Amino acid sequence: MSGFQDLLQFVFAGITSGAIYALIALGFCVVHNTIGIVNFAQVDFVSLGGMFLFSGLFWSGLPMVVALPCAVAAVTLVGIVVERLGVRPSRSQNHLVLIFLTIGISIILRGGMKLIWGKNRMAVPPLAGEEPLRIAGAAILPQAVAILVITTLAIGLLVFFFRGTRLGLCMRAVASNQTAAAVVGIPVGRVKAASFALAGGLGGLAGVLVTPITTLSYDVGVLLGLKGFAAAILGGFGSFPGAVLGGLLLGLLESLSAGYWSSAYKDVSAFVVLLLVLFVRPKGLLGK
Amino acid sequence: MLTTRDNLFYFIYLHRTGLTVLALGVVLVAWPVMESNPYNLGLSNLIAIYAIVVLGLNLFIGYAGQISLGHAAFFAIGAYGSAIGTVTLGGPAWPVMMAVALVAALIALAVGLPALKLSGHYLAMATLGFNIVVYTILVQWDAVTGGPSGFAGIPYLTIGSVVFDNEIHFHYLVWTFAMVALLLCLNLVRSGVGRGLAALAEDETAAAALGVDTRRAKVKVFILSAVLASVAGSLFAHCYAFVSPDSFNIFVSVDFVIMVVVGGMGSIWGTLFGTALITLLPEWIEALESFKDIIHGLILVMILLFLPQGLVTGIVDAVRTRIALNRHA
Repeated sequence: MSGFQDLLQFVFAGITSGAIYALIALGFCVVHNTIGIVNFAQVDFVSLGGMFLFSGLFWSGLPMVVALPCAVAAVTLVGIVVERLGVRPSRSQNHLVLIFLTIGISIILRGGMKLIWGKNRMAVPPLAGEEPLRIAGAAILPQAVAILVITTLAIGLLVFFFRGTRLGLCMRAVASNQTAAAVVGIPVGRVKAASFALAGGLGGLAGVLVTPITTLSYDVGVLLGLKGFAAAILGGFGSFPGAVLGGLLLGLLESLSAGYWSSAYKDVSAFVVLLLVLFVRPKGLLGK
Repeated sequence: MLTTRDNLFYFIYLHRTGLTVLALGVVLVAWPVMESNPYNLGLSNLIAIYAIVVLGLNLFIGYAGQISLGHAAFFAIGAYGSAIGTVTLGGPAWPVMMAVALVAALIALAVGLPALKLSGHYLAMATLGFNIVVYTILVQWDAVTGGPSGFAGIPYLTIGSVVFDNEIHFHYLVWTFAMVALLLCLNLVRSGVGRGLAALAEDETAAAALGVDTRRAKVKVFILSAVLASVAGSLFAHCYAFVSPDSFNIFVSVDFVIMVVVGGMGSIWGTLFGTALITLLPEWIEALESFKDIIHGLILVMILLFLPQGLVTGIVDAVRTRIALNRHA
């Protein structure tokens, strides 16, 4: 293989994982913008997506086309439940309390998954075939193509949702000024629940897309989710274009450093760069 | 004119902190005499080691109002530093422990100076990232750290001819350190520096306006908590003679934070309680092994929802309010 083919291969791999990080990062941003907290339960939405897909395929025998949207919908529901039972009852305005609260919810979700699906690693079949495609000498799994296509679609839908639908506009209003939004009659509580639903959906989607490539276990989402959080921070927390940019950059950085330096330390390089960016530009790349 | 009885009560009230420390000290000195089961002593020793970390972390979270999801990294630096310093480099244990604490302080300074400019989620991410970096190095750099299988053969600590090689000796060793840390924290929060930190946690701008050098104060308390965590890590390594990366991953950092929250953010005595509760909990609910995580999480969520000031502080506050209400009823 030539140097160019290697590079192409690493870039493809980077964009694929970058797309996943971007989806997770968007989930973090949605909740942060409307409620103003970091929702650490986002990492478990990712694992849950994979788990529901697994159950849909193998427990209820659904075909992939049905199981996938069902899994995403199920995680969306979990998101609403988390908001209703976990976050909303807290009257605290204290940042620390709210962050630790979502950490607690995350522990509960992980415990629940361990209980229902066990601790063993499981395998989820890919959406499309397993025969790699060859583009300019680089091999790409069909699953990677599926990830890119579905992620692009999802981001497109999200843009439309925030610009063209009533609920999306309400969410932006609440994000920009909660009191003012309430004054003009926007149901702030329902919008907050919707933002958790959206975060659940995005996390779940990332989960169903990524688990065929990784393997599935109750804690698969932790490192993925934290990298998604890192991507959101890198791009500027709360900024949607920032989240996508941060995700892609983080994915590329990781795969290039794994390719040209050391695959054992790829997590280190990703986080070190993140720390350096934060130290130079604490608001993130596109943060305000 | 005060009666003798009043005087006695006043004396007790005036010296309540000192007397509680004294009582705790007496109980701790006598504890190995009453409890001879090495397993239970091992548990109480673990509480002491964790308490040293959590005391420092509580100063940082509870008093300075900052967030750290990466203190297991400093715990790791202490443990692995002592292991490598004594075994690989063949250094004497006590000076190595001090040198490692110094290294931890320098790392905390290097990380803290830029990181503490950040706040809230950014700080959470920076400390979390730091923990992941340290953990990955522990796992991957196996020529030095022993990799995933861990680092064995760390020598016991000695003072003169006394070798700290059994649970009773460990007890006196680790609890001495824990008590020193406790006294340090109790005194610190009553000092000008401690008051400054408390002001900082309430409102950074107001504290700065009142002349607290907020940036310097935050970095200082971060370094102090890192040093405490590092010393605790060294003790951990010398007592168990074995360390492995799993004792230092991000979930351990989260556990430290849970201990702070359960005990009460900003409550020094609560820290001891929270540490003990969370350390002992897995033992008590052993029968419910598969529910362990859920119970862990539920405790944290319930406390944050209903008693966000922590279990001890929350209950004390509730009782005080009730008494005050009854008095005026």
